[in-house]
Amino acid sequence: MHPIRKKRLTIVLFLLAGLAVAVGLTTYALRQNINLFYDPTQIAAGEAPADVRIRAGGMVEEGSVLRDTESLKVAFKVTDFTESVTVEYVGILPDLFAEGQGIVAMGRLNSEGVFVADQVLAKHDENYMPPEVADALAKASESRDIAAEATKTLAN
Amino acid sequence: MMYPELGQFALILALLLAVLLSVVPLVGSVTGRDSLQAFARPLTAGMFVFVAVAFGILTYAFMIDDFSVAYVANNSNSLLPWYYKFSAVWGGHEGSLLLWILMLAGWTLAVAVFSQRLPTVMVSQVLSVLGIVCVGFLLFIVVTSNPFERILPNIPADGADLNPLLQDFGLIIHPPMLYMGYVGFSVAFAFAIAALISGRLDAAWARWSRPWTTVAWAFLTIGVALGSWWAYYELGWGGWWFWDPVENASLLPWLSGTALMHSLAVTEKRGVFKSWTVLLAIVTFALSLLGTFLVRSGVLTSVHAFASDPERGTFLLVLLAITVIGSLILYAIRAPTVHVRARYGSMSREIFLLLNNVMLVSATLLVAVGTLYPLVLDSLDMGKLSIGEPFFNLTFTPLAIAAGLLMGVGIFSRWKKTDAGWLARKLLWPLALSILISAAAIVGYGEFKMMAFLGIFTAVWVAVATCWDLLDKSNSRKGRMHGLKRQSRSYYGMVLGHLGLAMTIAGATVVSNYGIERDVRMEQGDVATVGDYQFVFTDIGQRQGANFTAQYGGFDVLLDGRKVAELHPEKRQYSAGMSVMTEADIDAGFTRDIFVAIGERISDNAWAIRLQYKPLIRWLWLGAFIMALGGFLAVSDKRYRIRERATEPKAKPADSGSLVANPVMASVTTPVITSEARS
Repeated sequence: MHPIRKKRLTIVLFLLAGLAVAVGLTTYALRQNINLFYDPTQIAAGEAPADVRIRAGGMVEEGSVLRDTESLKVAFKVTDFTESVTVEYVGILPDLFAEGQGIVAMGRLNSEGVFVADQVLAKHDENYMPPEVADALAKASESRDIAAEATKTLAN
Repeated sequence: MMYPELGQFALILALLLAVLLSVVPLVGSVTGRDSLQAFARPLTAGMFVFVAVAFGILTYAFMIDDFSVAYVANNSNSLLPWYYKFSAVWGGHEGSLLLWILMLAGWTLAVAVFSQRLPTVMVSQVLSVLGIVCVGFLLFIVVTSNPFERILPNIPADGADLNPLLQDFGLIIHPPMLYMGYVGFSVAFAFAIAALISGRLDAAWARWSRPWTTVAWAFLTIGVALGSWWAYYELGWGGWWFWDPVENASLLPWLSGTALMHSLAVTEKRGVFKSWTVLLAIVTFALSLLGTFLVRSGVLTSVHAFASDPERGTFLLVLLAITVIGSLILYAIRAPTVHVRARYGSMSREIFLLLNNVMLVSATLLVAVGTLYPLVLDSLDMGKLSIGEPFFNLTFTPLAIAAGLLMGVGIFSRWKKTDAGWLARKLLWPLALSILISAAAIVGYGEFKMMAFLGIFTAVWVAVATCWDLLDKSNSRKGRMHGLKRQSRSYYGMVLGHLGLAMTIAGATVVSNYGIERDVRMEQGDVATVGDYQFVFTDIGQRQGANFTAQYGGFDVLLDGRKVAELHPEKRQYSAGMSVMTEADIDAGFTRDIFVAIGERISDNAWAIRLQYKPLIRWLWLGAFIMALGGFLAVSDKRYRIRERATEPKAKPADSGSLVANPVMASVTTPVITSEARS
């Protein structure tokens, strides 16, 4: 082979190998760090895996916020108005956290079905609804409508 | 009062001028008709004037609290202090778009003014390409986002207020700096496209677009740093980079712009990497547009996403697609005709700069993947997911370290061919010194962590190599001072740029590894310990601000029993919109920050308090400012100025006031610059 071509071939092979390594590492890192979103209905149905870092969200249920007065521990329920999930968190909640607000939490489900959050997000705007939560609420209300329809049909 | 309508009228006039600008000089340059090319500068000036008039009118509407203008009513309030009224001009979608266009028109004008020594054909084409970009954005604002829309006849009594998060000094300057950077890359883009159109991709082209790229990059650096600084103290919780898609959107063009800057240097000095440089210029501008699209289209929800209007998103996406597809087609047609004669060995400065580019582009790709992947999946309805900080930390950090280590070696390398053995001997002492310094630093911070050592070593290595090289270069028989004076400003620019980067790396490493963050429950009189510092909760009370009421806390910070600071963090309740804001209080220092923020009230007299010790965090932003300073210094180099002075008399035609350089001068200057650049 011509020496210049040989040199080029080596460079190309070298680049390809580098690229393959980079892509491999990136996919691996991605796989480890993708956080899927589950709504309360999915969690109640057992669709969410336990002890994997996931995101969950919904509206903070009215009257559900329980605060430990001796530490920064807090527990509350998030709901999509069909099902609700208990969330536990230790730390400072965001400014816009309030009952009746839409929030998203990051954390893991423990074996008792309690969501242990390491991060709670409520956004900067009081009118803001996290898109995942909006979706979850819409889905839940839809399925409730269908269920209501079904009961009506049955009753007739 | 009819004046807001005049603002809209001015924008439409600017649009018409932009359309002319994008067609007339370009046609003139292709057909060789000077009379058409002569329109380039006057059209640019006219367009700028009308955009400036529109911007002035909007500012005026804010200053006099004209709530009949919907945009003013939505983003201002009569209670706002005047400086926030001023910055509220770009506090929302329409106004920030207008600011963007003002800067674009300003950059275009700057090109028209500072291009006296360029060939007429090149000037016409560059201005025309910028004109096309202006048309895109002016059309966008006129069609979808008119800032002068009125609420008539029911004018609201008062405005809805500016988002309290944005009522801050950082926000007055953050967007203009960022936009100067984003928009500045349009000049590099225009030069690249003009070079492709004319087929003249030579060292002269690289020399001309270099200062523009460097200035844009410097502004963008400041913009990104300000964003990070603002997030640190205003979002209230002490983080400085969240890998939030909006932050990433500004990091992407910065990374590829940094690659572009280095690749342009190679193209100018050695005449190689030409096609690659052109591609980078296109990519960098496309990433700036992508950033605008992400932030402005409502795809992302964040403090930056003001309006989720699908029409606007689509418009921006189309604009982006036209830019990318159009320039890539042009590139595909033209780039293969570029020939390279220069040769370089497999161990040379060219190769090290190539590796630098590979690293920076990989980093760009990585951040792009992490940012866009969830968005693409979501838009295809394939599930909602997010990619967390660990992904970026895991992948970006090694790349940054590798790039830094290579950079230290690259600084010592020579153009064309560097002897590997010579380089290895050269590196020995700097390497030993760096290891020694980093080890000392680690001992100083007390705890050995592998990542901390690697990061600190990278920073020290970059700094030592830079200084070592400076000492080498300034070695002179007439004494050190003489040698130092002989170095060019662009060389000092590079030195500052690299030292700034070293500072930023050092700051990021130390604060991530040795920072302490504690959330505690405190009552008045309680004492909490963070590292060597003790925090005493002394006081809690209320005060009334201009447009908010605040709950404030008092904290004494003690070090070895001696009081070093007194901090008053606040929790503010804004009257308009009823929003709550956490205002942290920070005792800033060169070696460390001490940070206190109040969280929620836990019981009658107990509060959740966040206490933080942030070593070296200032270095992060200080480093960025030094980098930017280096950029500005490099641009002020003699070689950009002397030529201007030398050709200035020729640039003024005796017969008319027209500023268009005559063709004779163009044909004379070009070969001069080219031959000089190659020498």
